[in-house]
Order: sequence, then structure tokens, then C-alpha cells
Amino acid sequence: MDFNFTEEQTMIRDSLARLIKDQYDFDTRRKVVASKEGWRPEMWAQFAELGLLAAPFSEEDGGLGGGPIDAMVVMEEFGKGLVVEPFLQTVVLAGGFLKAGTSAQKEDHLAALISGERVFAFAYAEPKGRYNLADLETTATKDGSGWKISGHKAVVIGAPWASHLIVTARTSGGRRDAKGVGVFIVAKDAKGVTTRDYPTVDGRRASEVYFENVTVGADAVIGDPSDSLGLVEKVTDEAIAALCAEACGAMKVANAQTVEYSKTRKQFGTPIGKFQVLQHRMADMFIEHEQSVSMTYMATLKLGEDDVTRKKAASAAKVRIGQGGRFIGQQSIQIHGGMGMTDELAIGHYFKRLTMIDSEFGNVDHHLKRYTELSAAEVAVAAE
Amino acid sequence: MNLEFSPEEIAFRDEVRAFIRDNYPKELVGLGNREDLTREQFLAWHKILGKKGWSAPAWPKKYGGTGWTSTQRYIWSEENARVDALMPLPFGISMVGPVIYTFGNEEQKAKHLPGILAGDVWWAQGYSEPGAGSDLASLKTTAVRDGDHYVINGQKTWTTLAQHADWGFFLCRTDPSAKAQEGISFILVDMKTPGIEVRPIKLIDGTHEVNETWLTDVRVPVENLVGKENEGWTYAKFLLAHERSGIAGVARSKRGVERLRSIASQETLDGTPLIKTDEFARKISQLEIDLTALEFTELRTLASEAAGKGPGPESSILKIKGTEIQQRLTELTLEAVGNYGAPYARGMDHFGSNEIGVGPDYSNFSADAYFNMRKTSIYGGSNEIQRNIISKMILGL
Repeated sequence: MDFNFTEEQTMIRDSLARLIKDQYDFDTRRKVVASKEGWRPEMWAQFAELGLLAAPFSEEDGGLGGGPIDAMVVMEEFGKGLVVEPFLQTVVLAGGFLKAGTSAQKEDHLAALISGERVFAFAYAEPKGRYNLADLETTATKDGSGWKISGHKAVVIGAPWASHLIVTARTSGGRRDAKGVGVFIVAKDAKGVTTRDYPTVDGRRASEVYFENVTVGADAVIGDPSDSLGLVEKVTDEAIAALCAEACGAMKVANAQTVEYSKTRKQFGTPIGKFQVLQHRMADMFIEHEQSVSMTYMATLKLGEDDVTRKKAASAAKVRIGQGGRFIGQQSIQIHGGMGMTDELAIGHYFKRLTMIDSEFGNVDHHLKRYTELSAAEVAVAAE
Repeated sequence: MNLEFSPEEIAFRDEVRAFIRDNYPKELVGLGNREDLTREQFLAWHKILGKKGWSAPAWPKKYGGTGWTSTQRYIWSEENARVDALMPLPFGISMVGPVIYTFGNEEQKAKHLPGILAGDVWWAQGYSEPGAGSDLASLKTTAVRDGDHYVINGQKTWTTLAQHADWGFFLCRTDPSAKAQEGISFILVDMKTPGIEVRPIKLIDGTHEVNETWLTDVRVPVENLVGKENEGWTYAKFLLAHERSGIAGVARSKRGVERLRSIASQETLDGTPLIKTDEFARKISQLEIDLTALEFTELRTLASEAAGKGPGPESSILKIKGTEIQQRLTELTLEAVGNYGAPYARGMDHFGSNEIGVGPDYSNFSADAYFNMRKTSIYGGSNEIQRNIISKMILGL
């Protein structure tokens, strides 16, 4: 058992932290978020140059030989800086699927992903599907040797910036069946794809994506088109672990800013940080962050284990981080008082990001239910 | 970063598992969570471990520790929890032992450490007083120098299991004119010294776990002073940090969750096992998730201790979360047993038998355990004091 970071991981952390400090300060971020594009492709190019986009991939896939821990390190720093660029969508999610792809898909897409020239988004959610990854009304039907995709994907984060989409669609079975889920790579400029773009409350961009008889070749399929829910769950759990790391970064800064503010803001002639009721609140915020870090390590380190262990670990982490993030977010605003309500201070933006992280890939209730069902299934298996 | 055990660690696990299986006293099986045991029961496993050299895994090797890594210590506590083993009490091994080997002189080490390791000498903790609880530094018990002796007068309280104690470590005021935290000394006292009276305090769960300890003109040789006179507060704080690091109780709570699951599958609600109802199943899930968070926080703490840092203020997290979980566990267990939480096995004096004989076995003592566990967020520095420590020592408020 070992909780140390490798030299490479420490290097990634340090150089990324420096880059964010120099070029991603809060005012710059505000301007970028308010700009027409909403992100900085030149920043993405710098991420590629730093090796961030290559870090979690094996050397034979063209990466630097790292893994989920490298992604965790990157995401935590992104959380500290409220970075909006789509590392999670491109590297963790699309990269996660492409790792399971054919060598031709890797040669085409993974190479372009690592070099930074191709940016991806993950189109999985649907207007009525909530957090159930199998609840799909989007269909993919056989069309000669290829497929024809139709449907509506909801709140596809990062889609306005993406050149390509990873799309889940039903190839057979009923609406929520576990069987019959396929995964497809679709170029966003393919005929029949239309998007309606919009900003999100936490400074990112998203799209509703509509597919109308979009035809793709057989080479667009990742994995088994009739049975890929397992793959979708696995990659989504990897994204959950990375998202938890981002939350930890955001929590850390929110706590630090709140403690700092409480030392300078005076009321009744004394810094409010001297009031025990607020000291204990901030002690609890500190504990929530530490426990979130622990859970993020746990979930990340268990990604490679058997399905049930991995799923339980991801759900457990998402529950704790959802609860911790909500507590820290709300209390940060409370302790900042009226100033916490203003758009001018960074703290409100950390609060908003933490709030949205809870609902991404399933909120507390969803994952508590998933964890409970997995535990029950485990007990049933043990009893047989 | 990885969670895997090395082949050496797996071999170690197998070794300790076999040792526990072959040596854990059969008569102690099932008693792991009880407070009302005999002195012999409390010490039986401790003595066996003492002979083996495994009674104090956290101590430095040169004082009789095992030299195990933090991972080995984790494995050790996991393996003991698997059989609900009655572990050595903390007063000698986790509290006064580390103070003696860190601040005591060579004579004190030679005199006291072997008895602590072997489980031959039972120690009591003389910290709290009727007027000094969370505000420990306001203690009033005095030790006045008289030739080669200190003469101690005062009253201590909540002295856990002092009815069995051979020796005690007492915080006494040696300089009444100094500020609260200065002027306190850390003194070792033979409990057979004339002038010491231990009186039982009965607790809400019916057990006699704690006592009042009255000290009247108790004459203690000056060589029983640990470290320097008037610097006892430093040693007292050091002791509390050590106490806290063992307090998380993760392995034991994991056993408790298993037990709770088993109870909840036997109890039914409208004909359905309780564990299959959404409400109760999710309460267990939440508890288990919080326990996982605590477990990995403890592992991170152990890893940083192994890297050379002693238990720091971060151990307050373990104390707060560990005790909250222990309390929640007994609370849910009591909830799970339903009506049979009510019968009071320790109150059978007028009923011709001390066996309660009703309800499922697992329901016995479930309310008592819940009542008893309320102590955990009060002792060892209350959980509010732990939050003070975090806000002052870590957040700098």
C-alpha cells in the first residue's frame, strides 16, 4: 500500500499549477467565460504541449505511460483554477472509450486527441433519461455495413467546442434494457447533426444535440454494438473518479478563501473567524474536504478492480463528494455573507461548480441507490 | 500510489491470522464489545501478545514495539477485528507508555515499560476532575513538595476501570501561582499508596466502567515525576494526540456493520427483511460509505506518520468521524432490533435469574451499547474540543 505520487505526477502537478497561476487567474477566466468562444483553444494547445493530454495513456497508445492517477492530479488542479476546458470529456471520457477501440480507431482518433487537434464531447444523457445510462430513446439501426442514428441528446457538456462526439444509442431491446446499448464516434459536422448551444451556470458551454438519420460507417462503432453498457459504466466510473478530483480542488480553494476572508472581515469589532460557531463550521468544512480527498484516492485506486468493487467505490465517492461539496459550497457563501452573493468574488463561482458536480453522472440519491443495490446483489451472491 | 499488498504483506497477514486463530482465548469469543468484564478477561489477550512481543505495535522497536510498517499495523488491526478480539486497553499501551519512553528517564523506562508490554500492570488515567472536563487545564488537584515526596490532594473523576488499576498517571498542579497550563506536572502514582480511594460511578447503561478517585495526603516519591516539574501540560497534550490516533476504530466498526447487516436481514418489516427496505438499506449504505471515507483518511494519516511525522492535529478528524460512526452504528443496531431493544439484562436483580432470556440474542445489550457509546464524543477531548484544535492548529483561526 502506497499513497505517494511518482516524480512524473508531481512534475505534472507543479507545472500545471504554475500555468494556471500565470495564465488562468480568476479575472482572466471571467473574461474567457464571457467571450463568444467561452474557452481558449490556445490554452488547450499548451495542455497538449505540457503532456497533459498524453499523460494517462499507455506508451503503446501514444501516451506517456500514466493512468487514472495522472488524470486525478490534472483534474484536481483544474478544480482549483475552475478550468473550463474539456479535459474530462476529451481525455478521460473519449480517451477511455478509445482505449477500448480498434487499432485503426486509436490511430485515427487517439493520436489526434493526444496531439490536441481533436476535441470530444460525450453525448449520453437524454431529456427523460436522468442518470440511467441505459435509458435511451436515441436509436442506432443497421444501415448496410454501417449504422443510422436518430435521437436527441441533452446537456452535452463541451459540445460547442468539440469536433467529434461519443454517442450512446440503443441498437436493440426496450428503452431501459441493459442489453442493446451501443457506442459510436460521430463527427459533429456529419450530415444530420444539429446543435443548439448555450452556456451553463458554472461557466462552461453545452449543447442539445439532435441526430436525424445520421449515417456512420462500421468503423464508428466502439466495442460490441449490441452489448456495451458495461463499457459505458466503466468509462463513466473513470469520469466520476476524475470529477471527484476536480471537486477536491474546488473544495480546497473554497475552504482556503473562506478561512482567509473570516480572518479579515470584522464585525462587532473582531474578525468573524474568532467566533467559535464559525470556527467549528470551518473545521467541519476542512473535514469534508479531507474525507473527499480520501474517497477520491480510494475510487481512483479501485478503477482497475472487478466491476462490483469498482462501481461501489465510484458511487461511494460520488455520494461523499456530493454531500461534502454541497456543505462546503453553501457554508462558503454563508461565511462570506453578502459578499458571497456577488458575482465579483470567486467564491460564488466555486459554489456553482461544486453544485453542478453533484448532478453530473448521478447525484447523491442516485449513487446511494446504486451502492445499496450493488451491496444487496453482493449479499445475494454470497448467500448462494 | 496503489492499494495492493506485497507478497511479504500477504505472508504477514497469513501469519498473524494463523496466530490469532491458534491463540485467541476461546472464552473471550463474543465479549469484544463489553465493558463489564473481569480483570483477567480484559488482560488475557494482552498477556498472550506480550509474550509474543506484539502488544505494542506502534512503539519504537527499541522500547518493545514490533517494528511493523503502517500497512502491517493496518493488517494487524483488521485481523483482530475479524474475530472481534478484546485488544489491550489503551491506558498503558497507547497513553502512559509513549509518554514514559518519550519524556521519562531511564529508571522510569526500565521500571514501567516491561509491565505495560506484558499486561501485568494495569494503568488508570487521572486527568479529569469534577471542575475540569473539556477545560482540563483548570484542574485543581495539587502536588506539594515535602522532602523527597510530593503530597497529593484532590479529586479526579471518570477514572476508567480504576477499580482494577495498579498504577495511575495523574496531572497535578505543582505551581499554584502559574497560569492555567503552566504549573502542571505529570506524576506516576502507585494506586496502593495510602490516601487513595476509588469510588464507583454507575453509568446510564448500568455498567461500572468509571470511578471517582479521591486523593488525600497521598505521598509519592519525587522520582515518580515524569519529565520536568511544571511541564506536564506538554506531555498531557502529547498523550491526547496519541490517544486520538488509535481512536478511529475502523476495523471494529467494519465488523459492526457486518453485524448490523446480519441483524437487519433477520428482522422483518411487513414480512420483508429490514435490509430490503429502501429506508434502512440506505441508512446502512450511508454509514458504510462514511466508514470508507474514515478508513482511507486513517490510511493516509498512517502513511504520513510512516514518512516521519508524528500524530498531528489531523488526528482530530479521526476522533470526530470515528466516534460519530461508532455512535451511528449502535444507534442503527438499536433501531434494527425494534421492540426487543427494551429488555434490560443488567437489571434482573429481582427476577431470580441474571439471564434475560427473551428476544433474539443479538438484541441483548443493543440499547446499552447505544447508551454507552454516547461517551465517545465526550471523552478524549470532546468532539467540540477537536474542532477547536482543527480551527486553531490547522486553520490558524
